[in-house]
Amino acid sequence: MLQAFDIIGPIMIGPSSSHTAGAVRIGKYARSILGTTPVSALIRFSGSFAKTYKGHGTDKAVIAGILGMETDDERIRTSFDVAEEEGLKFTFEETEIDGAHPNTAEIILKDAAGKEALVQGASIGGGNIIINRINDTVTSISGKSDTLIVPHEDVPGMVAVVSNILAGNGVNIHGFSLCRDHKGGTAVMTIEIDGNIDESISKVILEQPNILAATVLKAI
Amino acid sequence: MCKIAGNEISLLYCFLLNYLENGVLKLKYDSLSVLVKEAEKQNLPLCKLILKDQAEVAETEEKVLFENMKRSFTVMRESVETGLDPHERSASGLTGGDAFKMNEAVKANKNICGKIFGEAMVKALAVSQTNACMGRIVAAPTAGSCGILPAALITISDDRNIPNDDVVMSLFTASAVGMVIANKASIAGAEGGCQAECGAASAMAAAALVELCGGTPKQSEHACAIALKNILGLVCDPVAGLVEIPCIKRNAMGVANAFVAAELALAGIESAIPADEVIYAMKKIGEAMSPTLKETAEGGLAATPTGKKLCEKVFGSCQNCK
Ligand code: SF4
Repeated sequence: MLQAFDIIGPIMIGPSSSHTAGAVRIGKYARSILGTTPVSALIRFSGSFAKTYKGHGTDKAVIAGILGMETDDERIRTSFDVAEEEGLKFTFEETEIDGAHPNTAEIILKDAAGKEALVQGASIGGGNIIINRINDTVTSISGKSDTLIVPHEDVPGMVAVVSNILAGNGVNIHGFSLCRDHKGGTAVMTIEIDGNIDESISKVILEQPNILAATVLKAI
Repeated sequence: MCKIAGNEISLLYCFLLNYLENGVLKLKYDSLSVLVKEAEKQNLPLCKLILKDQAEVAETEEKVLFENMKRSFTVMRESVETGLDPHERSASGLTGGDAFKMNEAVKANKNICGKIFGEAMVKALAVSQTNACMGRIVAAPTAGSCGILPAALITISDDRNIPNDDVVMSLFTASAVGMVIANKASIAGAEGGCQAECGAASAMAAAALVELCGGTPKQSEHACAIALKNILGLVCDPVAGLVEIPCIKRNAMGVANAFVAAELALAGIESAIPADEVIYAMKKIGEAMSPTLKETAEGGLAATPTGKKLCEKVFGSCQNCK
């Protein structure tokens, strides 16, 4: 749900909230999904992003986000130089992702050990974003609140197991989605919560049978 | 608040729980008239109603949100100062110095629309220019339209010596208008054209101006409707895809329009079409707009001979002009 500071805000670096602030946040999200320091980045712009990314500085903004900068960091305008200093190589491609929002970017990051992460996100106006895909999982994350991602075996009762642990710890859920590749395969819960979530809760979840991972993504 | 128990997520249950816990339903921001009626019912100005609700939603104290908004307002003021620099040019080199020129005219008493209009235009140009130069601004609701709201509020508060805290409060009123527009239509040029950006900013500013000048919530609603009606259909056609031409000058227009709408509403003039229906019309118009007129820089001013030439000047070639 939209809040006052989604409209009056963010405090940001110009020139365009859809192309600059939103792009920084998608980049930051990709970095947090990777969880380590990226050494290479492939960015594929789709729709309006593909057509105007150069003019709006979207390219500089995404790189700034991948480097972990905030939306009001005055180094955004020189992020390519910062990337060079920090040893991040990057490439841009223009593409057309089927059915995607006009302002969509797909980011593939790699760290020094070869670990990869893919994040697809859309900048939906005013610096707000929606993360539509993380690796093979279709998501719908605003990034405004802490989010718990729980891949698990697709067996009955898993939602109850996880939600009971959260409820028992006084954690309130305000967004929930569940998807799976096929029946009995791997399923992924995406849980957006109010306030902060303690890392120890994800450890408890991970100890449960049939849970494959439990990652807390901090609000961005 | 609703918690998930087992696999059962009952919307109705959440709804009821929410109602029982709070006694009142949280505001939904899907209708301006509902917000105005709620303000009238609780006998509160819109800004207080919104702050109260937003604090509940964010599960925090009103004071915290107020301080955050105050910080935003400080950045707004700073962005006016930065933009008055006569020498600063945008990264593309296409724009710069307009706010300074306008300011000189107003200071010399040479502008034809009087002090308030002059000052408002100076500030809108300045903030917008800061944005084009990759400086720090507050999106309101977007960066392309970031000059309109600060220009309106700073101008009126300087002119009438309105206390800073009151101006900060009026930003909550503006945010409510923006939330309704975002929820029911759009605030992105790529989706709804410039009516969605400069139109929304203008409507937000108009509603806040009315409140700061002693108008009623209902008058804020009318001002919002009038401001938006005046900008319906405005396309997003930035030259070279840059948020500079025509955006910077459209901010000057947007703040002037906000004053027009507020002035009419404060005089008791009503919008024949209610704000909520204007917002719906805006959504429909945005949907009907050709994609070439929604931020892709393929149509409108971007596709004029001069627009294309400027684009080539910036990029060496024009990737968008077919
Ligand atoms: S023309 Fe487009 S980019 Fe410029 S202010 Fe309007 S909506 Fe924003």
